[in-house]
Amino acid sequence: MFELAQAAVEGALAAGAQYADARVVVSKNQSIAVLNQEPQSVDQAERAGIGVRALTGSGWGFYATSDLTTAAARRAGEQSAAISRASAMVPGPAMPLAEVAVVAASYETPFEDDPFAIPISAKVDLLVAVTKTMQEVDGIALASGTLAFWDTNKWFVSSQGHRIHQHLVESGGGYDATAVGEGETQRRSYPQSFGQFETGGYETVRRWDYLGNAGRIAEEAAALLSAPELEEGEKALILEGSQLALQIHESVGHAIELDRILGWEAAFAGTSHLELEKLGTHRYGSPLMNITADATLPGALGTFGYDDEGTPAQRVDIVKDGIWVGVLSGRDSASIAGLPPGGMVRGDGYSRLPMVRMTNVGILAGDSSLDEIIADTKDGVYMSTNRSWSIDDKRLNFQFGCEIAWEIKDGKLGRMVRNPNYTGITPHFWGQLDKLAGGDEWVHWGTPNCGKGQPIQVAHTGHSAAPGRFANVRVGVRA
Amino acid sequence: MSRTIEIAGRVLDHVGDRAEAEVVVTGGSAALTRFANSFIHQNVAEDGYEVGLRVAVDGRVNAATTTSLEHLDEFVDNTIGIAKLQRVDEGWPGLTSPTDVVDRHHFDPETEAATPNARAQQVADFVAAAPEMKAAGFCETLGHDVAFVNTAGHRAFGKYTRASIDGIHQTKGAAGSGHATSQRLGDLDGAAVGALAADRARRGTDAYDIKPGEYEVVLAPEAVGTIAMFLAYYGFNGKLHAEGQSFVELGEKQFDAAIHLYDDAIDPRAIGVGFDAEGTPRRRMELVSSGVTKAIAHDRRTARNAGVVPTGHGDPGSELWGPLPTHVFLEPGDSSVEEMISSIDRGLYVATFNYCRVLDPKALDVTGLTRNGTFMIENGEITGAVTNMRFTQSFVGALAQGQVRAIGNDARFADSEFGPGMMYVPSLHLDGWNFTGGAAG
Repeated sequence: MFELAQAAVEGALAAGAQYADARVVVSKNQSIAVLNQEPQSVDQAERAGIGVRALTGSGWGFYATSDLTTAAARRAGEQSAAISRASAMVPGPAMPLAEVAVVAASYETPFEDDPFAIPISAKVDLLVAVTKTMQEVDGIALASGTLAFWDTNKWFVSSQGHRIHQHLVESGGGYDATAVGEGETQRRSYPQSFGQFETGGYETVRRWDYLGNAGRIAEEAAALLSAPELEEGEKALILEGSQLALQIHESVGHAIELDRILGWEAAFAGTSHLELEKLGTHRYGSPLMNITADATLPGALGTFGYDDEGTPAQRVDIVKDGIWVGVLSGRDSASIAGLPPGGMVRGDGYSRLPMVRMTNVGILAGDSSLDEIIADTKDGVYMSTNRSWSIDDKRLNFQFGCEIAWEIKDGKLGRMVRNPNYTGITPHFWGQLDKLAGGDEWVHWGTPNCGKGQPIQVAHTGHSAAPGRFANVRVGVRA
Repeated sequence: MSRTIEIAGRVLDHVGDRAEAEVVVTGGSAALTRFANSFIHQNVAEDGYEVGLRVAVDGRVNAATTTSLEHLDEFVDNTIGIAKLQRVDEGWPGLTSPTDVVDRHHFDPETEAATPNARAQQVADFVAAAPEMKAAGFCETLGHDVAFVNTAGHRAFGKYTRASIDGIHQTKGAAGSGHATSQRLGDLDGAAVGALAADRARRGTDAYDIKPGEYEVVLAPEAVGTIAMFLAYYGFNGKLHAEGQSFVELGEKQFDAAIHLYDDAIDPRAIGVGFDAEGTPRRRMELVSSGVTKAIAHDRRTARNAGVVPTGHGDPGSELWGPLPTHVFLEPGDSSVEEMISSIDRGLYVATFNYCRVLDPKALDVTGLTRNGTFMIENGEITGAVTNMRFTQSFVGALAQGQVRAIGNDARFADSEFGPGMMYVPSLHLDGWNFTGGAAG
C-alpha cells in the first residue's frame, strides 16, 4: 500500500504541489443493534481508498478515490494539486508547515481479543440478555443495546519522506432503557449516553459488566417517570464522570482547537472565546482545573501512534492550575501561531481532509471521591449521564441536560428528580470547580460521534474525567 | 448504461438464488470549496462507488456495505455467510415487488461536471460582496447515480445533482449569514448570497443584551428549516411513533390552521432520487394539512408493523433512527418579511438557529441559540441588533393553533443544521418564542 501512496504523492508533485501527502486507509466496521430482544440491525462496512493532500500556496487541495490502482492513485495526486491551484482564485497568505521529524515507523493498538473474531451470535446474545433483563422491569417500553467495532489500517507517505503504517482497533457499546409516559419519555443509559468506546479489543466490552447493571438502569428509568422535576434554582452541582467528560469535550476541547481560534471553522462549527495573545495568562477555571491533551493514554479512544500528518502522538498541557497554556494544533496552524505542532490532525477515513481534532482531552484526577464530595455538600444536586447538549459558536454559553439527578441535603443523597439540566458560561462555570474526585473514579470516557468540518467528519475522541463539584450553578431551566 | 446499474447487476448475479437480496449502488463525485478569513483554505473532491447489500436467508437478515469493487464476489459470499448465522428476524418485511418508479432525474450535467474554478468563482463573488469584512463558508457541488435491484425483480435508477453556496461575513463583533441551494450550480448567485450575509453583519454591529423572556418573532428560512427538520426527525418518524416517542397524533389538529407541510421527493425542485434504499417509490405525502396531522413516514418494516403501506422512507440507517421525511416543503404564504416586521410592536428577527438539541423527544422541547443575525423589532422596524440568545421552546407548541401570525412568500431551500437541500421553507411570524438566557447566561 505504501507504493500506492507514493504514486499519489509523486502525481501531486509532478502537477506542481510544493508539498503532498497521501493516506491509504482500509477500514472495517461492525455494528449490532438489538431492540427489545430482537436484532434490529447487523451491519458490516468496508471502506478502502486513498486520500491525497497537496499544498501549492495558501490553500490545501485534497482528492480521494476508492479506486486503489496505481494509475488512479497518481491521478488523485494530480487532481489534488489542480484543486489546490484553483484555490489561488481567492488567495490568502502562504500556508506554512511546522517542521516535524521525518520517520519510517509503525504502530498497533494493544488489544487482547480481536473483536472481529468474536462470533456475531455471541454479541447478539449479550444484547438480547441485557434487553431482556431491562424489559423485566415494569414500565420499560424500550430496551435497546448496541455494540460497534472498528479495525483500521493506514499507510501514510509524505513528500518529505514519511512512511508510517498504523493498525488501530476500537471497541465498545452500551444500552439504554426508555419509559414512555403520557407526555414525555425518560431514559437511562449505561455505561454512558451513546455507550462507552475505547481503543482495544472485545475485552473493553467485558470490563463493563453489561448484565450486572441492566436491572438497576431499567429501574431508574421507570422511577424517573413519577419523580418530581428538578426545581429551578442556583446551587452546588456535582457532575458524574461521563457528564464531566462531555462538559470538557464541549466547553474546553472544541474551544482550544487552533483552527477554530484562527477562524478556519467560523462559518460552521464556529470560533472560540479564546484569544491567542492570552495564551499563558487567561484564567480558564479554578486552580483544581488541570487539562491535558494526551494521545498516548493506554486504552483511551483518542490514542494512536502518529496523527495523519505523521507527527508523533504526544501529551500537551492545555490548562494548568486553572490557566490556559495550550492548544490543539497541526503543522499548518501551529506554524502560523508560532507554536510547536501538537500532532492532533486526523481525517475521517480515506475520503476526508485531515484537520485539527481532539485526541484525549481530559482533566487530571483530583484527590477526593464522590462520597466525600456528597458528604461535603449542604444543598446541591448530583446529575448523571448526558441527555442533551447545546453550546454556542464560541463555546461560551452552554445548556446541558442529564438523564437523572438526586437532590443533596446536608451531605446526604436525597430524592431522585427528573429532567435535570444546567446552564452556564464557560470560564465562570469552570471557575466554580471546587471539588474533584480521582482514584478508580477517574475514567477514560470515549466519544465516538464528534462532528466537525465540511464535508462533515466524525472523529473518535477520549476524555478522562471523574466526578466534580461546581458551586452556584443555575439548574432546572424550563421551556 | 450507468456503471452503478452494471455493478448492481453483477452483485445480484452473484447472489443468485441463495438469498432474498436487495442491492443499492451509489456512485459519482462530490466537491466542496471551503473558505475562511476571505480566502480558500480547504478545497476537496472525491469520487467512488458504495455498494449496499441486504440479504435474508430463510428470514435471517444481514446487511453490509463496501467501497471495494475488486472483491465483490467475496463481499457477497461473506454477507450471505454471516446472514446464515443470524437469528430469524421475525420482523423481516420482505422485498419490494416490481413497481413503477417516477424519477424526474433531478440532474444537471453542468453541475456534475463543475470545476474547482467554477466553485472558486462563486466564492470570489461571495467574498467580493463585502471586501472590508472577513468571509467564511463553502461552495459545494455533487452528482450521484443511484441504482437499485432486488431478487424480486424490482429495478430502479435515478440520478441527481446538488449545489450550495453558504457563508458568513464578519465584522468585529458581528456576523451575518446567507445560503442558497439548488439542483443547478448555475442557479446560484454568490454575490447575492454574500450581499445578504454582509447586510446582516453590518446591521449586527453594536449588539446589546436583552432580558430573556417570551418574544414575538420573525424567523428567517434557516430557523424555520431547523424547526421543520426536528418535526420530521422526532415527529413524523414511523419508528419513534410506534415506540410512543413522537408527538404525532394522526387526525388531530396539532398545528395552526395556516400550516401545510408535505414531503415530496418528486417535486421538480426536490433534490434526490424518486425511490428509497428498499426500492419503494417516493410520492407526495401530506404531513400536515390545515393544521391537522395527516401522516407519518414509513419504511417497509415500520409499515408492516403498523399495517400500512411503506411510504418510501427506508433510507440507510432508518432501521436504527427510524424513517423520516427529508424532502419537506412548508407551503408559503403571501406575506413579505417587511410586512411581518411592520406588524410587530416589540419582537425579534432571527436569521439562524445554532446547536439545537432535544430535551425530550415526545414534547419536542428543544434548546438552542440564535446566530448570525438577531435583531430587535420595535414599532414595526428593526431598530438594532441584540446579542445571541438561548431558547428553550417546544417546536410543536410554537406552531400550535393561534401561534402563527403570518407565513412568508419567500420559500426556498434552507440549511437545516442537518445539511442543505432537505427543507424548502419560507419565513414565519410567530406569536411567541421562549428565550431562556442571553449571551451572559
